[in-house]
Amino acid sequence: MTSATDTPTRAASGQLATFRLDGDLYGVEVEHVQEVLRSQKLTRVPLAPPAVAGLINLRGQVVTAIELRERLGRPPRPAGTDAVVIVVRLHGEAVSLLVDSIADVVDVDAADFEAPPDTLGGQARELIRGAYKLDGTLLLALDVQKAVGS
Amino acid sequence: MDGLDDIVEEFLVESHENLDQLDTDLVALEQEPDSRERLSSIFRTIHTIKGTSGFLAFGRLEEVTHVGENMLSRLRDGVLALTPERTSVLLRMVDTVRSLLASIEATGGEGGVDVSAVVAEISAAMEDRPAPAAAPSPAPAEVPEAPEPTAEPVAVAEPAAVAEAVAEPVAEPVPDEMHDEHADDAHDEHGEHGEHGDEHAEGGAPTGAARPEGAGGPQGRRGVADSTIRVDVDLLDSLMLLVGELVLTRNQIVQYVGRSTDTDLVRASQRLNLIASELQEGVMKTRMQPIDHIWSKLPRVVRDLGIQCGKSVRLEMEGRDTELDKTLLEAVKDPLTHLVRNSVDHGIESPDRRRAAGKPAEGVLTLRARHESGQVVVEVADDGAGIDPERIGAKALERGLVTAEQLARTSPQDVLQLIFLPGFSTAAAVTNVSGRGVGMDVVKTNIEAIGGTIEVESEPGRGTVCRLRIPLTLAIVPALTVECAGDRYAIPQISLQELVSLDAEKAANAVEEVGGAPVYRLRGELLPLVRLTDVLGLTSDRHDGHVVIAVLRSEGRRFGLVVDRVINTEEIVVKAVGGQLKAIGLYSGATVLGDGAVALILDVQALARRALRTEITERQEAREAAARTAAVEAERQRMLLAAIGEGRRVAIPLDTVTRLEQVRADAVERVGNREVVQYRGAILPIVRLDRHLGAYGGGDREVLEVIVYSDHGRSVAIVVEEILDIVDGGAAVRSDIDDLGLLGSAVLGDRVTELLDVRAAILAADPAFYAADSSSPTALLEA
Repeated sequence: MTSATDTPTRAASGQLATFRLDGDLYGVEVEHVQEVLRSQKLTRVPLAPPAVAGLINLRGQVVTAIELRERLGRPPRPAGTDAVVIVVRLHGEAVSLLVDSIADVVDVDAADFEAPPDTLGGQARELIRGAYKLDGTLLLALDVQKAVGS
Repeated sequence: MDGLDDIVEEFLVESHENLDQLDTDLVALEQEPDSRERLSSIFRTIHTIKGTSGFLAFGRLEEVTHVGENMLSRLRDGVLALTPERTSVLLRMVDTVRSLLASIEATGGEGGVDVSAVVAEISAAMEDRPAPAAAPSPAPAEVPEAPEPTAEPVAVAEPAAVAEAVAEPVAEPVPDEMHDEHADDAHDEHGEHGEHGDEHAEGGAPTGAARPEGAGGPQGRRGVADSTIRVDVDLLDSLMLLVGELVLTRNQIVQYVGRSTDTDLVRASQRLNLIASELQEGVMKTRMQPIDHIWSKLPRVVRDLGIQCGKSVRLEMEGRDTELDKTLLEAVKDPLTHLVRNSVDHGIESPDRRRAAGKPAEGVLTLRARHESGQVVVEVADDGAGIDPERIGAKALERGLVTAEQLARTSPQDVLQLIFLPGFSTAAAVTNVSGRGVGMDVVKTNIEAIGGTIEVESEPGRGTVCRLRIPLTLAIVPALTVECAGDRYAIPQISLQELVSLDAEKAANAVEEVGGAPVYRLRGELLPLVRLTDVLGLTSDRHDGHVVIAVLRSEGRRFGLVVDRVINTEEIVVKAVGGQLKAIGLYSGATVLGDGAVALILDVQALARRALRTEITERQEAREAAARTAAVEAERQRMLLAAIGEGRRVAIPLDTVTRLEQVRADAVERVGNREVVQYRGAILPIVRLDRHLGAYGGGDREVLEVIVYSDHGRSVAIVVEEILDIVDGGAAVRSDIDDLGLLGSAVLGDRVTELLDVRAAILAADPAFYAADSSSPTALLEA
């Protein structure tokens, strides 16, 4: 997985599908999102990287589910709360991301874009392209390619 | 059409298709005489027919197409211009070719089709550039009719008219009396409708030209050309995918309905089950091709290579009509060719060395293919020098592929498998045939990529066998689903040999340890055990001590995979998993099970490689043990152990057992005061061993475990509580402590076991069993 395809959208205006994860607001390009599903039965994959939450049956298709909390180095989702599944399509292959809850589709303006703050550390820094300064909140733009890569 | 050779049949189908195209092309060509493209296409078609007919020794067909080709090549090169006359002549040629093909199809030979006139016409049309000669002039008049007759016989009901119409264009140039005779013939034939085809097949009369077209035509042609169609492989692929999904959905529905009490729904789902299976089979068949498709190129390979290496090799093929999926066939082609080349180059010795070894100078390379339990087994066997495990070992050591220590622990059979390691090549000199060291590992990778396996067996001095096991099809795979730590996994049946289930008590004794590694004694040979939970880093949720072992085979080695439970067997559709999961190297894919859950498919080869590194020593010991067993086999006897309740165990000599069966308790009927059961169309008297031996065990069971004993056409069923095991019994300690119905007792598997008096048991079920025959098997146990 390369990130080359993302370069043009680095600071682009457009629409982001947003979701919440551990209190923060994230967004992925709308065109990558295939569908959003409520929590699905996961088949765990022993010995897989920790971020691989398991496999889901998407209408007969087997799709890998990535736990985004793990990927971003956040604490595990509290017990008793179900994840929401965002199915994204990259290079024709469907992959799903587990997030806390889904939010609106937001129009973003390149003018509001800023590179990731220096305080953003570790794993997360790799996966976040930057932040859009919205009214009263920051929208973190997720690099989907990297997020689903190993 | 039975007598037709496959090649001829293929030629006919292809040619008929090409000729239809040719008609269209030629007519279109008249509209645009300068189209080089069309001319080239026509030229190619005729050229192909010419080439094949020459090859198949159809002389006249070759003659016609040859002159036709000449003219076409001049037209193509612009030396000749296309005039309506020339088009007509070409069309006539096409008709003649058609007649010839029809005759070949009907009689297997060219019959009496006369080609000289057409040949002359074509030659004339080529030479007489300024003005067409008088001879061909009637032809144009006839030609427009030519395409019609072929269509007419189907539509028109007037036989005589049809026959004439057909007869004319072709028969025209034939001398007059021929024509008359022909027409008469045609009339006669139509008088006794329906027999034309047969007459042709027998007769092959000189006037056979028009007959296949006109009379036998509609039926005859459908025989070959119209009974097959060409279908895009992509279409078949997508059909296969859909059928795969259908099979999955079917599995789901059948599973849900299984819990339902609605009889209509159950019936409908049974029907769906059946139809889906048939559809699956049908679609699979459309993709099947005989292995001969790839084998047919090998004789040439062997011949050329033999000459190049100075060896004399005869190629033999067995099972050339064995069919497998086209995609798989393509995938197997290169590996198979490589194996064949390898056998000729490395396997078979030079004639001198063969003679010195007391073998015929000519080496034999045998290709075998057969279906075996849902797989295709392909073998490449040679009667050459075989592979010397020591040489292989030394080479592997030299290449640094194994350590000396590893090698020392490896059994000769396993050493052979080292040739599949990347970078291994034993050729002393690198030849341009093989020996570049990129061979066998690539073969192995390719075969495994399609879900197959490869193993090599060799006997020094006698030869080598490479055995490929290939699934019948890629898309739908029969698999065993097992449970491990609460999750389900699928194991492709291709690797599965058998299942062993041990209860806690038995498992405690039967699962032993050799140097810390668990093994199970499977019929005398030590089977290394691999716990799936250990491999996957999970904790088993089975605490009752039961052990379920799936005996798997990989690369010629066997091992037992310990799982928590066996769920069932299911047809699964293999879905690819993402790169991340492939990299784990334990899963070959995933599938959706009947209840909609996703299950991972275990990659048995990878599992074996990962788990069996330390297995080799045990195996060697096992082999020695097996050899020892074989040595004393003569004085031993195999015994079937069965439980009869109250903890009593009975041993029954295995050679008296015909089959093991399960019979539903409610299938037991009564005749007088005897119990019987219907079995394979016969009435089988039953003896319940527990009652017979005075051990009132189990009681009401739904399914009875039955040992069927047959002799001289009579059978009895011996009911036991449970079949336990098969052991070697003869060498065990025996005692003469006797009881009713027993011959004594022995210590088998560390426990005192009663030896059944089979004769007494049988007589209890069927007092007349031995009456008809005097040869008494009382000495069964004394063997």
